[in-house]
Amino acid sequence: MIQSESELEKEEIFHCTTKNNLINDTMRSTKRILTIIAALLATPLAALAQGTTTAAPVLNSGNTAWLTIATILVMLMTIPGLALFYGGLVRQKNVLSIIMQCLICVAVISILWIAFGYSWVFGKGFAGTSIGAFIGGFDKIFLNGVTTSSLTTPANVPEITFVLFQCMFAVITPGLIIGAFAERIKFSGFLLFTVLWSIIVYDPMAHFVWGGGWLQQLGAIDFAGGTVVHINAGISALIMAILLGRRRDYRPGHPTSPHNVPFVFMGAAFLWLGWFGFNAGSGLSADGLDANAFLVTHLATCVAAITWMIIDWTLNRKPTTVGVCTGAVAGLVAITPASGSVGVLGAIVIGMVTAIVCFCMVAFVKPKMGYDDSLDAFGVHGIGGIIGSILTGVFATKAITGGPCGAIDGNWHQLGVQLIATGFTIVYSGALTFVLFKLVDKLVGIRVAPREEEEGVDLYEHGETAYNN
Amino acid sequence: MKKIEAIIRKSKFDEVKEALLKADIEWFSYYDVRGVGKTREERIFRGIVYDTSSIERTMIVLVVRDINLEKTVDAILEHAKTGDIGDGRIFISDINDSVRIRTGERGDISLYDKK
Repeated sequence: MIQSESELEKEEIFHCTTKNNLINDTMRSTKRILTIIAALLATPLAALAQGTTTAAPVLNSGNTAWLTIATILVMLMTIPGLALFYGGLVRQKNVLSIIMQCLICVAVISILWIAFGYSWVFGKGFAGTSIGAFIGGFDKIFLNGVTTSSLTTPANVPEITFVLFQCMFAVITPGLIIGAFAERIKFSGFLLFTVLWSIIVYDPMAHFVWGGGWLQQLGAIDFAGGTVVHINAGISALIMAILLGRRRDYRPGHPTSPHNVPFVFMGAAFLWLGWFGFNAGSGLSADGLDANAFLVTHLATCVAAITWMIIDWTLNRKPTTVGVCTGAVAGLVAITPASGSVGVLGAIVIGMVTAIVCFCMVAFVKPKMGYDDSLDAFGVHGIGGIIGSILTGVFATKAITGGPCGAIDGNWHQLGVQLIATGFTIVYSGALTFVLFKLVDKLVGIRVAPREEEEGVDLYEHGETAYNN
Repeated sequence: MKKIEAIIRKSKFDEVKEALLKADIEWFSYYDVRGVGKTREERIFRGIVYDTSSIERTMIVLVVRDINLEKTVDAILEHAKTGDIGDGRIFISDINDSVRIRTGERGDISLYDKK
């Protein structure tokens, strides 16, 4: 009743401001009367229902609509987002290999996810047992038991939509690693590596943090995937870049020039856009928390982009397009784990710190260390993720989460938990990537022949060239 | 004065450029060219393998004084070679005269800077 009273007031105000539509007015009054009648009827009925049994969860169509759109947005991040972003950064003889790798990630990982990935991460087969801390279960293999009426609570969205939303996360994570071994990896080696990586590294990691595993039990905050997606992919990228060795014509400190900067821009724009689904969709509901995630995602990205531009401008005397695009992506990465728990202040600081540290990483540290992370998958995603994950422990605030908070609210314990989660992710994904590299290298070989690398992977691996006129 | 026109593999361009700079050849023009020749480059389009009969190469054009001819040719020869069909050609021809536009100098002097 009280609900409909306040609605009535709102409508009254609205009604006063727009006087000129009579038909609308009549419709509104009719609606108002109907609402009152419905409320009068519903109140005793609801009371009756509550009195007898606890009501079964009812599908929330608002949440479902938003989550469906968010799923589409996250898919846009991989194709075409990453494909264009990375594709523009490589030389024109290798652009198709990047596009192909992103494209096939979507197809292969989606099948894996539906086959058993979802079950490993979100299955309940081992819940309550000690294995449950590491893996979900085998109960939902091939989406066994996921019907059109199963709901994911508390957002009350169809479990199928939830499966698809999470599927896009599983897809983009190995996609991010592509940047580290670009221009020199063999397609067959890539394919085998990606499949194994998704099963052995991504699925357990996602379970630890989101599926009820031990990091979640510990209280680690990772709203949209700082550890699972970005640190995980970033560290694997670093290990791959080191083990694979430099490109033949790469000398540290002498970057190869990107073949199409407008592609880079389009890719970054798609990533930025898609990230709203990635972060603001991660609460699964269309509510205030999601609105805040949207806000801080946008804000941190803007701050990071501007910070990167200022550094570029001061140090190299010119603000560059690729620089601003990279800064924006770094900001997006860093705000990811924090987007469900920080406010405006946290977003600004996270954006700024990330841009500064990531810039130093790719401009100074990488050339010094001499590894060839071709497109800075580690420098941006690994480092950005680590910063975001740790700063979440600092800037998480009760005002946003309603419960868990970080050092800013006096809870230093949370910072410790974030450090454990971050450190564990680094060790876990680093060690397993090392093993997988050795395995795949032994089985199918992972690097292309020198001649193929010189003439371009597109022609030799895929039998096509990107530009034929 | 001689003009050297070298058609080389695109993948060898950076190596040749470095070698020329090392041999004190500080300026030259280059462009991407297409041609036909003995090399076959297979492409695949929707299940059909076809031959483009169009080969992409880079052409380097430079004019040098006679005394620099041999070392220039050697630099290109050494660094553009893979040993397979399709490594390219070097063409050498005489140049009658040359003028530096900025100063109006003619002949050999227009090709290099007095140190």
